[in-house]
Amino acid sequence: MHTTKNKITKLITTVLMGAFSVVFLVPLIWMISAAFKYEKDVMAFPIQWIPQAWNAVGNFKAVWMGNVPFHLFYFNSLKLAILMTAITMIISSMAAFAFTKMQFRGRGFVFALLLSFMIIPEQATLVPRFLLMKWLGLYNTHTGLIVMGMFSIYFTFLMRQFMASIHNDFLEAAKMDGAGYFTIFWKIILPLCKPILATVGIIKFIWTWNDYQNPLIFLLDKKLYPITLGIQLFRDDYADNFAVLMMASLSAIIPLVIIFILLQKHVIKGISLGGVKG
Amino acid sequence: MELSKPAGAEAPAPKRRYWNNSRKEALFGWLFLGPEAIGIVLLYVFPVFFSLYLSFSEWNLMGGLSSVKLIGFDNFKEILSDQKVHMALRNNLIYTVMTVPISMILSLILAVIIHNRVYFQSYFKVAFFIPYISSIIAIGAVWSALYHPSEGPINRMLFSFGIDNPPKWLADPHFALISIAIIAVWAIVGYIIIIYLAGMTNIPEEMYEAASIDGATSFQKFYKITLPLLAPTTTFLFITLLIGSFKVFDIVAFLTSGGPFNSSTVLVYRIYEEGFQNFRMGYASALSWLLFMIVGLLTMLTWVLQKRFAQD
Repeated sequence: MHTTKNKITKLITTVLMGAFSVVFLVPLIWMISAAFKYEKDVMAFPIQWIPQAWNAVGNFKAVWMGNVPFHLFYFNSLKLAILMTAITMIISSMAAFAFTKMQFRGRGFVFALLLSFMIIPEQATLVPRFLLMKWLGLYNTHTGLIVMGMFSIYFTFLMRQFMASIHNDFLEAAKMDGAGYFTIFWKIILPLCKPILATVGIIKFIWTWNDYQNPLIFLLDKKLYPITLGIQLFRDDYADNFAVLMMASLSAIIPLVIIFILLQKHVIKGISLGGVKG
Repeated sequence: MELSKPAGAEAPAPKRRYWNNSRKEALFGWLFLGPEAIGIVLLYVFPVFFSLYLSFSEWNLMGGLSSVKLIGFDNFKEILSDQKVHMALRNNLIYTVMTVPISMILSLILAVIIHNRVYFQSYFKVAFFIPYISSIIAIGAVWSALYHPSEGPINRMLFSFGIDNPPKWLADPHFALISIAIIAVWAIVGYIIIIYLAGMTNIPEEMYEAASIDGATSFQKFYKITLPLLAPTTTFLFITLLIGSFKVFDIVAFLTSGGPFNSSTVLVYRIYEEGFQNFRMGYASALSWLLFMIVGLLTMLTWVLQKRFAQD
């Protein structure tokens, strides 16, 4: 009875929301459009949403084969994000395994330590971490960034919650069969943890890819820059060339948008687990 | 303990070995926990206490640790009279007031609509979420073009509406912070929508059906069912965003460097300036502790609030 009316209301709401979502995305649409134009048309008004003259190739060349080594920044970002994600996942899941499936003295103390330092904002420890990196000789190295990024209290906490829900019968059975701790961890626990590993891994990858603050403070050498600092160099070098800057920005965003669209469920789950952008 | 362990898990061995099962478990336990434990001590415990020590000292990084000069509470006294820090704290507050309520209200409205009033739900989730996962630096670059005072599309539009003196946005002392807040709201909305949607899926559909039978309007349903049942989500978001707004740095550093005339400087940017541009390690540490105390206070506030909610 009401259904036709409801359907029409829903349709109208969808259309209105659709229009609003387009307005909301205007900055990104503008970016894409600008990335494909000649510089002289970028700031033309009224805005040419669809370029009259296309310069996608020219801008692409300026970004990827120009004076600023963008391909290197891209490679650096990829390297940092992949390594940091992989190592964080290993370290966090190992710690979670010890917390949930093993009994030994000191375990509770370390966990209490973890909890009490969970609220420390990263920004409040910049100075001592900077000094630490200098003393360890890791300032201005990727290793330094990775060392700082591979421990995550938050992820350990999430992994621990997940592993606690895995039944101990699995382990007891494996122990009966003479399996060692590493075998149990690698062959039994980790495969069962795939969902949470995927979630944690994707979130960590996104955070690392987007990180600006740590590279800004702990890297000096331009050859080591990740993409976020690379965009900054572009802005400084091509101050009056927005078309090229937009192509660079687009290049930085695209991998994440692809990851997000492909792995939407994991990303959304990771975020709604209480993920705080850190 | 010993009894609960399965007997004979290992090859038969002489009794009373040194490496009995619980010793072995402890050894492996520490092997598994070790990396994380070392990391926590090195990157959390040590930095917190070391920066506390440094906050009572004067040190410009030259001449090694032996040139650290303890100066008592001088750094904290300086904070009290440092105009730039006052400016930063004021800006942090204004930024919080501008971003947190607006982004939460806007997102709640959008989430309610997306939840069950539209087709193509997943399109809307993706559309509003894209700015959040995009690098804030890439987004900042886009907005810096949009905000361009003379050429940018925003001011071009304002010119065409006959406004001759539109704000210079990021280059305008009165508008720099607002400009940044607009970007921040735009970028965070997708995150808040996702959290609210997750909260809404936990509300049983029967409650709405029962309300419909009683003749409740959509607004009444929202006000009497959705809003109260989302209260824990709202509290969580409020605190998360509040703390987040005191940690804002990237977008300020990239777009304005705290300027013009410190009009958009914030606490973390002050830490960055003093520590990594002026190399005043002692003073920067004192500022870090100020940040730490603010975040700590806000976190305790969460616990109090959450207890309240739990009791109600």
